Parts: sequence; structure tokens; C-alpha cells
Amino acid sequence: MKLITAVIKPHRLDEVKAALQAFGVHGLTVTEASGYGRQRGHTEVYRGAEYTVDLVPKVRVEILVEDSDADQLVEVVVKAARTGKIGDGKVWSVPVDTAVRVRTGERGPDAL
Amino acid sequence: MSPEEVLSSTNIAYVVICAAMVMLMTPGLAFFYGGMVRVKSALNMLMMSFISLGIVSILWVLYGFSLTFSDTSSSPIIGNLDYLGLQDITVDQGEQIAFIVFQLMFAILTPALMSGALADRVKFGSWALFVVLWVTVVYFPVAHWVWSPTGWLFEQEVIDFAGGTAVHINAGAGGLAAALVIGKRIGFKKDPMRPHNLPMVLLGAGLLWFGWFGFNAGSALSPSGTAALMALNTQVATGAAIVGWLVYERIRHGAFTTLGAASGAIAGLVAITPSGAHVNPMGAILIGIVAGVACAWAVGLKYKLGYDDSLDVVGVHLVGGLVGTLLVGFLATGGLGGFEQFGKQALGAFSVLAYSFVVTYLIAQLIQRTIGFRATEDEETAGLDLAYHAETGYDFSQSGTAPVSVDSVPVSANAKKVDA
Repeated sequence: MKLITAVIKPHRLDEVKAALQAFGVHGLTVTEASGYGRQRGHTEVYRGAEYTVDLVPKVRVEILVEDSDADQLVEVVVKAARTGKIGDGKVWSVPVDTAVRVRTGERGPDAL
Repeated sequence: MSPEEVLSSTNIAYVVICAAMVMLMTPGLAFFYGGMVRVKSALNMLMMSFISLGIVSILWVLYGFSLTFSDTSSSPIIGNLDYLGLQDITVDQGEQIAFIVFQLMFAILTPALMSGALADRVKFGSWALFVVLWVTVVYFPVAHWVWSPTGWLFEQEVIDFAGGTAVHINAGAGGLAAALVIGKRIGFKKDPMRPHNLPMVLLGAGLLWFGWFGFNAGSALSPSGTAALMALNTQVATGAAIVGWLVYERIRHGAFTTLGAASGAIAGLVAITPSGAHVNPMGAILIGIVAGVACAWAVGLKYKLGYDDSLDVVGVHLVGGLVGTLLVGFLATGGLGGFEQFGKQALGAFSVLAYSFVVTYLIAQLIQRTIGFRATEDEETAGLDLAYHAETGYDFSQSGTAPVSVDSVPVSANAKKVDA
């Protein structure tokens, strides 16, 4: 199994969700995150004081998948999340040892 | 009812309603300031205003009204103690009582205004003591100077219809002095100190604006033509100041900010306060625009000069108060305006400024050197809400329960659980 993690622009979440559903992914976890890459942050002005806000809002999507689907799913996520502008985010995958469905106790690929 | 009684009851109704509107300004100010600070000390900021409603109400009855407005005093400096405890007031003196409650709201608001200069870093108990000392030694005498018929600025014919000197210059100068004694917030000019809730700031500005009609038009003390003119000018100057601030900001910093609109409104309200009954609506527009631009410029001074007037009590109240108090010297209608009146206005403005600055500095030093005024570094860094109020302002945790230890569940609640 693999864990695919995508850190993306918040307004691309709906596209990514729709693309994953179309692919047949049954579940995912979404977390609000903040961070920066090459995009760095933006400037805000409060009564003339300019603040550089370097951590910008992002959304982190996590999906557990079978090894055979992993490469293709990474492509699906990247395609759905892309706007072509700086700050689109990152997608990566890592191997997973164990996964258990809490309700039934099923293990491994059966738990997905 | 005789004609006198009808007039009297009309005035009482008018002044009591205006008093209620002015009361609303203090919670409005709490929201205005509270939204501007960081989340960790938001409740403390609200409480610094709210506590004034408690403390000053008591002091006003005990001796405040007497020291400010006692009509048996002929002193140009301060009233006397003939009205101690308001013991001899009877229900027959309706207009007098209405005036007492109306002026009480001013005495509550003025020290609360200074809290913005001390945001996020003072001990709450020391602030409460500061309010007691400050209204006693600074506000009561200065209000006597300006509004009591025997007060020395009143006799100089300084125009201050609703409180440009006694309230705003007074609070602005005092806020600056106290901020200099207390020092800067940890991280001033280094860490970003973004307002944590701008919608709350705008809500507070709206409540202040509404209450300000009571503050300004109510100062006529009767539902007269002066009151109506004051209401009109209050609206017009405030609108103009919003436009002035936003245009300055757009040119200078590239954006029309919400905080700028809210601040511009307050700047306009402050500037029209002393002047609104003595100018025409075109004069009010001019005062509003000048106040908006001048204050938008002045809020940047603290970064250049290096004092931490956290929420710009100086930039908005002192500068706005000066703009209104000085400009009315020239713009006053009815043959009053001119260099002579301007000289009187300058005398009034700068004598209040100097007295308030010096005496407030001494009071703040006294507190700092005895019980301590500034919060400890740990308290300030962790936030004053936990240190002094044992609360947090917001709980947005999705599980619906903040991480609370079971020890904090009241014993009776535990007992019920066992029974069930």
C-alpha cells in the first residue's frame, strides 16, 4: 500500500475530489494546512503597517491506495490540482506497512 | 401639565435616551479595540473597556459628579464635595438627574479610550487602579475646566461642544504618557501583530457611530435646533473622514482597507465632537476630510518615533481631537471664527494636552513603581486572557470540547452522573 499526500491550493480541492471519485477512490482525508514553497507569502496592510505573511493557506489531502494504483493516482491528483501558476503545491507518495479498518479489524488492502 | 413641566419632561426624555446611547459606546469601543488585538489577549482588551462601566459608575455617585459639576463651587479648577454621594438629589430634579447620568457615560468612556494604547501588556488589577486614579485626578478636573460654568476654559470661551478636549485630547495625551511608561509590546516592529477579527472592529465602529449621535447631539441637553444640526454634522463629517482615510490609504499603501474605513469613521467622529454645533454642513465635510487624512498619516508616526501606542489612541483621538478643536477656531459660524477664536482653541487644546500628559505620566509611574503596571514576560507571551481572566475567547475545536481536565468538572455534575 501507499499513502499519497497532496498539498494543494484550497480552491482546487473540489476538482481533486471529483477526479478521485471518478477514478474510484472510496475515501480520503482533508486537513487545512499552511506553508510556503517558492510562492512565498503575500503582503497585508493594517493602518499603514505592511506585514509579510509567509505562511499561506493550503489544503492537505491524504489517500491510502494499493501499490498498483499509486502512480496513476498521483497523476490524477496533479492534473486536477494544476492551475499553472506558482504555488500549485506538491504531491508525493510513501510506502505504508499496515492499515486497519477500525470497525471490522480487516487488515491490508482489504481495509482500503 | 404646565408649559414648564412639558418642556422639562421633554428634556428629561431626550437626555436619558441619549445617555443610553452613549453607554453603548463603551461596549462598542470594547469590540472596536478587541478585534484589533491578537487572539491571545482579546478578552483582556474587551475587559479593559468594560471594567470602566463598573468602576466609574460608583465613583461618579461617590464624588465624581460633585468634583466635576457642583454648582456651589466657584473654583475655575475643580468642583467641591457638596454633592458627595448624591444624597440630596430628589425626584423633583429630573433634569439634573438626567444630566448626571448623561455625563456619567462620558466619564466611563474617556478612560476606556486609553486602553488601546496599552493593549496586550498590563496587569488587569493595576489597570483598574489606574482608572480610579486617572478619572479622579485627570478627568474630573479637566471636565470641570471645560464644561462647568465656573471652569477656566469655559470662561475663556473655548468651543468644545461635546468633548474634543475633555474627552479625546485628554485620552490621547494620557494614552501616550501611559504607553511611554509601560513600554513596547514584546516583538513590537518585529513580529506581525495582525488584528484577529476585523468584522468585530467594524461592528464596534458601527456601535460607536450610533452611540455618538447621543454623545454629540445629546450634549445640546434638549431636543433643539442645535441638537439637530449636531446630528447632521456628525453624520456628514464621519462619512467624509472615511473617504479621506481610504483615498490616502489607496494612494499610499495600495488598498482600501476595512480597518482604514473603521478608523476613518472614528477619526471623523472625534473631530466633529468639539466643533459640530458651530459649523455648517460644508464645514463639517472639510473637518471630516482633514481628520481622515491627518489621522491616516498620524498612525504611522509610532513606527517612526518608536513608541508603542498599540491601537493608535494618539493617531486617532489626539490628532482627531486637535483637528476638530483647532479648525473650529477658523470655521465657526456666526462671526465667531477667526484668529482670536483660534488662539482660544489652541489654549484649550494644549493646556488639556499638557496637563493630561504630565499627570498621567506620574500616575502610571506611581503604579509601576509600587504594585507594578506591566504584566510579566511569561504572561504577555502566553496571552493575558489566561493570566488574568482564566478564559479563552474562542473555541473552534471541531470535537466540540476543549481539552479540559476532568478535575474542572463541578462536583455536583459528577454526583448527578453517578445517580443516573
